[in-house]
Amino acid sequence: MIDKRFSLPDAMAGIKDGSTVMIGGFGAVGQPDFLVNALSDQGAGDLTIIVNNAGWNRETGVPRLLDLGRVRKIICSFPKNSPAFDDLFRAGKIELEIVPQGTLAERIRSGGAGVPAFYTATGVGTPMAAGKEIRNFGGRDYLMEHALHADVALIEAWRGDRWGNLSYRGSGRNFNPVMATAATTTIAQVHHIVDLGDIAPDDVVTPGIYVDRIVQFPVEAST
Amino acid sequence: MTDPCTPLTRGQIAERCAQDIPEGWFVNLGVGVPTQVADYVPEGREIIFHSENGILGMGPAPAEDAVDPWLVNAGKKAVTLVQGAALFHHADSFTMIRGGHIDLCVLGAFEVAANGDLANWTTSSNDRTPAVGGAMDLAAGAKRIWVLMEHVTRDGAPKLVEKCSYPLTAPGVVTRIYTNYAVIDVTPRGFEVIELIPGMTLDALQAITAAPLVMAA
Repeated sequence: MIDKRFSLPDAMAGIKDGSTVMIGGFGAVGQPDFLVNALSDQGAGDLTIIVNNAGWNRETGVPRLLDLGRVRKIICSFPKNSPAFDDLFRAGKIELEIVPQGTLAERIRSGGAGVPAFYTATGVGTPMAAGKEIRNFGGRDYLMEHALHADVALIEAWRGDRWGNLSYRGSGRNFNPVMATAATTTIAQVHHIVDLGDIAPDDVVTPGIYVDRIVQFPVEAST
Repeated sequence: MTDPCTPLTRGQIAERCAQDIPEGWFVNLGVGVPTQVADYVPEGREIIFHSENGILGMGPAPAEDAVDPWLVNAGKKAVTLVQGAALFHHADSFTMIRGGHIDLCVLGAFEVAANGDLANWTTSSNDRTPAVGGAMDLAAGAKRIWVLMEHVTRDGAPKLVEKCSYPLTAPGVVTRIYTNYAVIDVTPRGFEVIELIPGMTLDALQAITAAPLVMAA
């Protein structure tokens, strides 16, 4: 029987120092803080994290991981308003790769789709173009951007089954379904674990082929 | 110089901009004052608002007791969905933006140059954390970029300039600017004034603009 349901500590097994970790979410929505906290507790360090925002509340999630000194580099579109990140950045203790949000999403999508690089108009004529190949297609300049792939993706979904099929809620999809495709090991925190077939085939957003482990988010904390 | 007339409030600039958006357009509104444009869409005109985090058919902010924590806009503020709305992930959302499917994006700006260059993501003048978000994708990818901003900075410095002094968000993309004094098109002739608020003159506007203005024919 295929069963991708894991306990929280077991789900973190095998995440090594030096790993690249994608973390879903847009602001607090769809952010897998339950898993990020478990990663903090698991102890892996020297991490490169790929995440849209650097978080605000230092008690939990990405800011806590940052404060614990586990992150060597962050690849991010909007690290503003994060006191934990600001402290590290100003002290020169973290490397930042700033990426336009759509380029970030497309680099992750490409990583999942086996496309090593692509060209985009985003960033042409700006500081983002520094050091990048520029090619002209049909009279317009484009930058070459490289795909992103991770050792681990931590994501959040609304419902999941034991095959790893996932559905989402509201604007909680954001980076989650994209990151699910682009990591060697994809781990999802889900609000409701349901039987096979309970997520109608038409409603599956992330097919289980992309998902390795699902963890039940504590029911009492789920709305 | 003294103010020759009463400048528009930010809400009034947003209201003026909203009048020019035709029915049926897919529109992305930048964080801040541009977000207010949605509040002034004329009654009965269907415009579909896009949010970069995966919403088409975004509605107004909910009542305090009706907040859905799973629905936020690009500024991370609570929003609602209208009938007919759709939800999708980030790669799809930026396919809409970067693939030229969004008819209009309304953004704020630090500076706009006479050739349409846009600077709105960093002033590099302090040690604040750099952050770009979706601004460059929208600026390079939407069919049209309109800017909504005050005509001068808080210190009175012109924001319409010959050449941007701040790092660009995208070159040559802005086609129209709504300020508290005027509506201005960016054309091959440079800044072309298509409307002045009552009491404003071309000479007075030129005095607070750091690039030549011409009156539209």
